This record gives sequence, structure tokens and C-alpha cells, in this order.
Amino acid sequence: MTETPEFLAPAVQVGLALPSAPTRLAGYRVIRGPTTPDRVIGLDTIATNVVAIAVLFALATEQGLFVTVSLVLAIIGFISTIAVARYVTEGDLIEP
Amino acid sequence: MTDPATLLAAAGDGAPTVGPLRAGLVVLLVAIGSFFLLVGTVGLLRLPNVYNRLHATSKATTLGAASVFLAGFVFFGPGGAGLTCLLGIAFLFLTAPTGGHVISRAAHRMGIDFHGSASWPLGAKETDGEDSADD
Repeated sequence: MTETPEFLAPAVQVGLALPSAPTRLAGYRVIRGPTTPDRVIGLDTIATNVVAIAVLFALATEQGLFVTVSLVLAIIGFISTIAVARYVTEGDLIEP
Repeated sequence: MTDPATLLAAAGDGAPTVGPLRAGLVVLLVAIGSFFLLVGTVGLLRLPNVYNRLHATSKATTLGAASVFLAGFVFFGPGGAGLTCLLGIAFLFLTAPTGGHVISRAAHRMGIDFHGSASWPLGAKETDGEDSADD
């Protein structure tokens, strides 16, 4: 088997740093968003970015376990988005 | 055999050896994914309205995350963590449009107007979001 090329690790590091900075800036939209759906969209974007960052972390550490972490984060983000949107429109989550 | 790295390699989750072609493909997909994640987040920060922000994030960010998942599939190979990457792509393509639709319907029911002079197209019936026969 051939060795893993040396340009892979720094490229993955750059790819990890590039979306991480604006993900922190998306917190501005969560805090200052004029309406509630703005905040929900900000949180949804942060969730999707963290999913991608977890996969990039799996690439950086070469450990496939973090891909499973990203999948769990995607499920939690989807359920929280649905829950908040339903809470905004219906007023409660689980009807009695 | 109790070494964690050995157990991970037996489970197909360890570090694979990647040739130059696969490494180049991984770098290309990571670059595309990072670019789309960047574009989606900048669109979230800069666009003027709820619907415009949703337009930016629900498509560009999903495409970026799917590209990064595809890079993970190329890196880890067809089995173990690579298969989880493909499952992540399928899950993301199912849930991101659903979440965007639910948020936009919630915003419409809250009475948030369109930006500027945007309106419903001619001939389209203005619904007030009260089509709640489903609940």
C-alpha cells in the first residue's frame, strides 16, 4: 500500500478553519435576529455547519467514529428545528 | 488486541491508507464543501429578510455539508464510516428541505411580509396559512 500523501492533512485543516469562523458569526443572527424564525434559521445553520465540521474532524483525526457523531447531531438539529417551528405556530409541542 | 486502534481497524472505522488520487479527490470535495458552507453562512448574515435567509441557508449549506460527507465517503472507503457518510447525505437531503418548509410556513403564519416589492405571482391565490386540516 502507498503512503497517504502529505498535502491531505493541511488541506483538511484549512477546510476545517474556513467554515468555523462564520459559524461563530451566525450567533449574531441568533442573538439579534429581528423575528423568531430568524433565530431558528440561525440555529439550524449552526447545526448544519457543526455536522460538516464533525465530518471534517473525522477526516483530520482519521477516526471514523466522529462521522457517527455528525449523524447524531444532524438528527438532533432536525428535531429541534421542527419542535421550535411547531412551538411558534401551535403554542405547545404535545397537545393534551 | 485490546488496543483501541486495532479494534477500530477491525470495525472498519480506523485510519485507511489513501493513495494520491483519492487524497486529491478528498481535497477537492472538502474545498467545494467549505466554499458552500461559507457562502451559506454569509448569506444568513447579509440577506435582508427571513425568506431570503432561508433561501441562502437551506440550499447552500446543505450542499456544502453533503460535499463534505462525500469527501468522508471517499476517504473512509465503502464500508464502516464511509457507509455512515452516505447515510448522512440521504438524511440531510430529506430533512433540510422539510425543516426549511416548516420554518417558512411558521414565518408566514406569524404574518411576516415579503421583502421590498416582492408579492405573490399573478393568479396565485393568497392563502392565509389556515389550511390546518392536518392538525
